Amino acid sequence: MNNEKMINDLKEIITPYTENKEALNSITEQTDFLVDLKINSANLVDIILDIEEKFNIEIDNDSMAKMLNVKATIAIIQEKLAANAG
Amino acid sequence: MVKSHQEILALLPYTKPFLFVDEIIEIDENGVKGSFTFHEDLDFYKGHFKDFPVTPGVILTETMAQIGLACLGIFLLGDEVENLTIAMTSTNIEFLKPVYPAEKVVVISEKKYFRFNKLKCEVRMENEAGEIVCKGEIAGMLIVKNNG
Repeated sequence: MNNEKMINDLKEIITPYTENKEALNSITEQTDFLVDLKINSANLVDIILDIEEKFNIEIDNDSMAKMLNVKATIAIIQEKLAANAG
Repeated sequence: MVKSHQEILALLPYTKPFLFVDEIIEIDENGVKGSFTFHEDLDFYKGHFKDFPVTPGVILTETMAQIGLACLGIFLLGDEVENLTIAMTSTNIEFLKPVYPAEKVVVISEKKYFRFNKLKCEVRMENEAGEIVCKGEIAGMLIVKNNG
């Protein structure tokens, strides 16, 4: 799955959890969930759970702690997908 | 180590006049059932409403959160409850019937998930007639601070 497609999937998942729709429209790999999108830690948990469901992967605590921006999140998703495929 | 009902109550971070748990009836990893009686002397009845005391919805919500989320959270965390901070993060509650002074209610909470310190539960409150007075979803973060 390419990054562009994945950013779009992420955008769809994040939409209900952010008030900052403007920042969401201009989402890039550098977008930070807490700083740029003003997502709180409780909503971040729901985003992670939605990601698990969407991509059929399991996110552990260590990975979750790293998933603070789009780039890191995509990297974790790719890593888990690769592990599933292998 | 599994905690007794009394131990869980003692660990709740609330006290009068804002403690809304009398008793834990049953608790396990999937949910909790507990009760509270709204004593007619409770202060908010003086103002909600003028000359017509009814338990405020926010207090019913708080009662559901204290039993359904806080008690269950303390149970689920097991031994890691030192310096526990509980923050309610979302509620979605429907209020179906009024609760008057001196009524005893039972709160039944079922865990939807407990992941990454967030506990989300499906919670309902029943009156003594067994009627559902309010129901919905409550979520909160359970943060344990390390004291180093």
